[in-house]
Order: sequence, then structure tokens, then C-alpha cells
Amino acid sequence: MIISVASGKGGTGKTTVATSLALSLGKDTQLADCDVEAPNVHLFVHPEFRNEEIITVPVPKVDESRCTGCGKCVEICRFNAIVNIADTIMTFPELCHGCGGCQAVCPAGAIEEGERIIGVIQHGLCNGMDFLHGRLRIGEAMAPPLIRQVRSRINPDKTAVIDAPPGTSCPVIAAIKDTDFVVLVAEPTPFGLNDLELAIETVKILKIPAGLIINRSDIGDMGVADYAARENIPVLMEIPYDRNIAEAYCRGEPLVEAFPQWRRRFVRLCEDIDELVAEIAL
Amino acid sequence: MKVAVSSKGKTLDSELDERFGRAACFILVDLNTMSYEGVENTQNLNAIQGAGIQAAKTVVDHGAGVVITGNCGPKAFAVLSQAGIHTITGVSGKVKDVIEQYKKGELSPTDGPNVKGHWM
Ligand code: SF4
Ligand code: SF4
Repeated sequence: MIISVASGKGGTGKTTVATSLALSLGKDTQLADCDVEAPNVHLFVHPEFRNEEIITVPVPKVDESRCTGCGKCVEICRFNAIVNIADTIMTFPELCHGCGGCQAVCPAGAIEEGERIIGVIQHGLCNGMDFLHGRLRIGEAMAPPLIRQVRSRINPDKTAVIDAPPGTSCPVIAAIKDTDFVVLVAEPTPFGLNDLELAIETVKILKIPAGLIINRSDIGDMGVADYAARENIPVLMEIPYDRNIAEAYCRGEPLVEAFPQWRRRFVRLCEDIDELVAEIAL
Repeated sequence: MKVAVSSKGKTLDSELDERFGRAACFILVDLNTMSYEGVENTQNLNAIQGAGIQAAKTVVDHGAGVVITGNCGPKAFAVLSQAGIHTITGVSGKVKDVIEQYKKGELSPTDGPNVKGHWM
């Protein structure tokens, strides 16, 4: 089973929930930080990193001696990543999505597959739990291919928790698509509600069962809870606004390790999610 | 020789559009005859990415030898230099005045992009 943790906006407590959930699931768990533009889960679970893989995407390499200048590659590229200028073909690897279209249509076999580094994946262990995260190269814009690579390293026989990037754009979709359950984390404020609405729309389109955790539940208003009720999204947990929780966060301590009473609540949360997923499977 | 000016409209009275990739039009002026042609750049206004590259291709395909614009990013600049086109940036005003300035030798080519790419 893969549980993803997402939120319509950053700073809602997504990482707090993802780390505590993974730590409460027991040893046979994997924790994958897919917020590849700003991974921060490792700051809380302090993994011992074991190895690092360099991740590349394919980009076209044009052999000018074979190219006839027919322009078919340029026509097919939706991303303006390859262009014919004054009898030569220029490529813009940083715009290329690696779809292979240009190579497939080239009648002269002039396009070979080169590669471009987009980032790294680091693997580690924390107290017996598998940890992995992607780290996008600085200046790189293509987060989704790296996120898909992180996900492909998740062992399907174990339970995995994914910390998704914030927002509702392509990287989030890459991180939560085809997961078994999404835990959405939101704050009970008008801003929180606006972003939650977008997030819920996204998970509905992707047809992923979802539940809500309301963080800093005693600030703000009832808008978020009312909306969740209307949309049939169960509220799985409420985390109050508490200075002690904030202080533990600042020290880099996961909620469940700083406060034993929260460990019990997260263990129950795991059981609730299990039950919800089982019900849907019926 | 033809000079391409990024512009907000299709006539010599139009204002120069300081964006190169997402300019509304390009006006191509033949300096020998002073005849001109307005080319729309509309497909690029909505391009998801690579607008500068396609705009550069448009002016190359129309046979320009010099481009006069406001801001030009690194990819468009790379395409223009590949095609041997001189690019002049940081210019503003009415297209016809800009052309006059160019003819008097008051505008000199830029040796690199003057704005950063959107992905950098
Ligand atoms: S691989 Fe796809 S995105 Fe990349 S240049 Fe070729 S057609 Fe364009
Ligand atoms: S499709 Fe192949 S032969 Fe045609 S322009 Fe592109 S690289 Fe050259």
C-alpha cells in the first residue's frame, strides 16, 4: 500500500504528518520524500544515507552528418525543444521532456539518445525504516521525471508513505497518482480552504480515496470542516495549535517521538486508513 | 538587408514591444527599399515554453539580418546567433524612429542575452 501526504499549499504540516505516519507504521515501512525541489523530511528522521544515484532524462543528440534537414523532428516536438535554424538543428535540452518523439519520426536515423542530469536519489535507513528522497539539481525545472524515478524505487511489497510537494501542479500529480490513499493536510482558514478545494478537486480527478487532517485546528473557522463534510472527505485527525508541537518541529523532532500520546493517535490513524482502503477495495 | 523589430502592432507607427519571444508582431523592414511587412507572433503569446526560440525562428525564416528589441533571453539569443543575426536590445520607441536610429548608426549590437531565461 502507498499512502501519499499532500496539501494544497506549503507550510500546513504535511511533513509533520508524513514523518509521524511512517514512524507509526512499524519497521516494514518506506518513507519517500517526493518534494524534490525542497526535500526536508530527512531533517526530521535523520537517515543514515547509504547510496546515491544520479538521475538523468533522455535528450536528443543530432548527428549532423546524417541529418537531411527535413524538419520532422521540429514538427512533432510540442515543447519547442528542437528547432531548425539556417540548415542546422539546435536542441534545447532543458526544455526537452524526453518523450522520444523526435527520434521516432526521424527518417534518417540521425537522432541518438543523449542524457541530461536532472538530480539525484539518495537512499538511507532510519531505525530500520527505508528512507529515500529525490533532490532536483539547482536550476532544473523538470521535477516530474525525478519524482517518477523516486516512486519506481518503492518496494510494492511494503507499505510506503510519500511526502508530496505542496500545491496542485504537475509535480504533485506525479507524486500522488496511483497511490492507494491521500492524506490531505489543511489549516482551518479561508486560505487553507481555498487550497484544500483545489487539492480535493485534483484527487477526485485522479480518483484517489482521500482523508483530511486539520492542522492548527483551533485557529480559524469551521469552513474547512464544513467543506470536507459536504465533499464526503472524512476528517481523520485534528492537530491543535500548540507551542510545544511547534518547538519540537523546530528542533527537528517528529511529533510521535516528542510526544508519546501522539504516537498512539498516529497508530490509530494508520488503522483507520487501512480500514478505509479495505472498505473501498470491497 | 532586412531588420526585424519586435512590435505591438503591424505598422511603422506601432510601438516597439520590449518582449522578444512574446511580442505581438515583428515588423520586417527592407533597408534598401524601405518596404515593410508585419508578421504576427500570436501562436507564441500562448506557448507553454520556448516562445523565444520560436520567435527567433520566425525572424530567421523571414530573412532578417538584424533584430531590434527590448529584452532577449539566452535561448532566443542562441538561435539568432546560430543564424548569424545581430541582436540589438534595450531599445524602445516607435518602430519608424527605431529604424531611423539604426540607419544613422546609433544602435549597436549586444553581445549576449540581456535577461535571464524563465527556467534559470
Ligand atoms: S524527446 Fe520529445 S520533447 Fe525532447 S526534443 Fe524530442 S520531441 Fe521534443
Ligand atoms: S527528423 Fe532527422 S533528418 Fe529530419 S531534420 Fe530532424 S534530425 Fe534531421
